[in-house]
Amino acid sequence: MANTEISFVRTEMLQEQAPPALNVGLVGWVRGNLFPDVLSGILTVVALYLIYSLLSGLLPWVFGGVWNAGSLSECREIIAAAHGEGAEAACWAVIHERFWQLMYGFYPDHLYWRPNLALVLLFAAIAPVLFEGAPRKMFWITAASPFIIPWLLWGGTVWVPIMAAMGFVIGYFVYKLVAQVSSNLLGLIAGPLALVIWWLFLSSYASSGLASVIPLELEPVASRKFGGFMLAILLGVTGISMSFPIGIVLALGRQSNLVIIKALCVGFIEFIRGVPLITLLFVAQVMLSYFLPAGTDFDIILRVMIMITLFASAYMAEVIRGGLAALPTGQYEGADSLGLDYWQAQRLIIMPQALKISIPGIVSTFIGLFKDTTLVSIISLSDPIGWVKFIQANAEWNGIVWELYGFVAFVFFLFCFGMSRYSMYLERKLKTGH
Amino acid sequence: MNEVVEREVDRSKLQVSDEVAIEITGMNKWYGSFHVLKDINLTVNQGERIVIAGPSGSGKSTLIRCLNALEEHQQGRIVVDGTELSNDLKNIDKIRREVGMVFQHFNLFPHLTILENLTLAPIWVRKTPKGEAEETAMHFLEKVKIPEQADKYPGQLSGGQQQRVAIARSLCMRPRIMLFDEPTSALDPEMIKEVLDTMIELAEEGMTMLVVTHEMGFARQVANRVIFMDEGQIVEQNEPEEFFNNPQSPRTKLFLSQILGH
Ligand SMILES: Nc1ncnc2c1ncn2[C@@H]1O[C@H](COP(=O)(O)OP(=O)(O)OP(=O)(O)O)[C@@H](O)[C@H]1O
Ligand SMILES: [Mg+2]
Repeated sequence: MANTEISFVRTEMLQEQAPPALNVGLVGWVRGNLFPDVLSGILTVVALYLIYSLLSGLLPWVFGGVWNAGSLSECREIIAAAHGEGAEAACWAVIHERFWQLMYGFYPDHLYWRPNLALVLLFAAIAPVLFEGAPRKMFWITAASPFIIPWLLWGGTVWVPIMAAMGFVIGYFVYKLVAQVSSNLLGLIAGPLALVIWWLFLSSYASSGLASVIPLELEPVASRKFGGFMLAILLGVTGISMSFPIGIVLALGRQSNLVIIKALCVGFIEFIRGVPLITLLFVAQVMLSYFLPAGTDFDIILRVMIMITLFASAYMAEVIRGGLAALPTGQYEGADSLGLDYWQAQRLIIMPQALKISIPGIVSTFIGLFKDTTLVSIISLSDPIGWVKFIQANAEWNGIVWELYGFVAFVFFLFCFGMSRYSMYLERKLKTGH
Repeated sequence: MNEVVEREVDRSKLQVSDEVAIEITGMNKWYGSFHVLKDINLTVNQGERIVIAGPSGSGKSTLIRCLNALEEHQQGRIVVDGTELSNDLKNIDKIRREVGMVFQHFNLFPHLTILENLTLAPIWVRKTPKGEAEETAMHFLEKVKIPEQADKYPGQLSGGQQQRVAIARSLCMRPRIMLFDEPTSALDPEMIKEVLDTMIELAEEGMTMLVVTHEMGFARQVANRVIFMDEGQIVEQNEPEEFFNNPQSPRTKLFLSQILGH
């Protein structure tokens, strides 16, 4: 045994061989994904034919379009001259001519810098929320923008947003004070109460008083003049950023052991979900003026914002409740056994996981909310759809359809697709399993 | 069921003091109209290692979950480390800080790394500075022999490793009492030993432990008292030798013959 000459062990490893050409490269991909068997091959051919016939009609129409013309008839003449009588091509001239109205509505054109600046601020404000890599200091912009952006858009004295922000400072000090002399719970009631009282009754005196001493103001712009994509984005962003926290609170309330809180939350959610958004918008337009004391000037855009927010909150609450229900009870017990209190457990253990599970649902709700803002055209606010109708009613552009709706759809698509991609990015980033 | 604990246990290190750690008197609990725990009386001294055994559904889990108020009892007194468990939330929080618990299914937080799992409670509940909490965490990870896993997520660890992390997580709060609810039942046989070894080490350091388990080898070697429960009652309790060799109640005999006799 000891002196065997024969080696039983392979001393040289075999060279790796290239895989058969049919499995790799372009040929391999085409074979594997387009023609793996006869039936799939036939389906591929049919699908390719459908795509071809769609694009061969659409692309020349889109790219052969006319960009400079004063009216639809002028457009048609140019097209007829270029492509011959009866040829079809898009008349993008309408977008070219009415672009700023589609973007800003009747907002005064010498003040366009204000919504533009507001948009830049908005991006700076959401960057640290969306991306971990953004500098943490940018959260100051996030905190300030709810006060600065409305001021930029509506104008007026600078003291209004400053006094509105003051409300939070006052609320915080009232909370601290009450929590110190009596209990934490009373503080939690007194703080927000002070905030609301300040906003409703005192801040307007404070800001008008201060404005008469130090007049520092932007030219005011009335809500009637807001329109176009600016209005859609304004409604969408406030709806999204307000409905998210409210939805979390409602979802927690619905799970609460406190019977009254639970009943209130369930009642609210079920009521809102049982009513079409359009009804709520009509309520905002017409009915609120009955309930409010006579003479109150309650801005129509603000009313619509509140309704859209309430509507989205109810859906958000249910989506988040689904995430909460998916968590095993062991997570609550783990947190409890370590001595974390209710809010710590919610914030550190439960919500991060529940929200992660609900990301697809949450983003769907956001996308739905953003698209639903177009419903405000029915209560005669001039959002992009409202503007399409105005333009169509014009003598020059009477009869134009596809170009306007196509453009509006395209812009909406960009936003919604962006949100959807972001949600996929977030899901990938938060994946911590195997 | 009768896994043998291979590690030698140094019984001379297992000392019981006469300081009372837990005192339960006349405790009753109901789920709705179902009487789960019936007139429980039990005193546990500092440094005791108590194994609780009994058939499924006998109320073992419910009993130890009452000790850190994961379940509420309706009658009787529970005093843990001098603090009475009542409806007062302050007392509950205080007791939960002193009592660690290890669950059958680990209950680690899957969205946090191992290190974050360990430092979370010290930072938020005990207000320990982050650096110090991380040092403590690494100390206990070394103790359970997996310091190299600190930056992974729970989902990337084996069951035995996860359970050891769970033990380390409880220890980071420096508890005086540890509760274990079937810590090895969800594990493959080869992982059971590593978890039991960790628990033996804890016992040798003088930790007060209440362990619900079917590992009778562990009970024999480590426990100073074995409690047998059936239908919500403590039927019998004794030193391990006596308990296994000379059970008194017929129900204990039946249970032991089933669990030890294959
Ligand atoms: N939340 C609950 N609601 C109603 N009954 C419950 C609840 N939790 C447990 N029970 C019942 O109480 C009894 C005791 O349960 P417990 O979990 O304490 O048993 P156990 O001794 O730990 O059993 P096992 O060895 O299977 O874990 C069982 O009959 C169980 O069905
Ligand atoms: Mg159990």
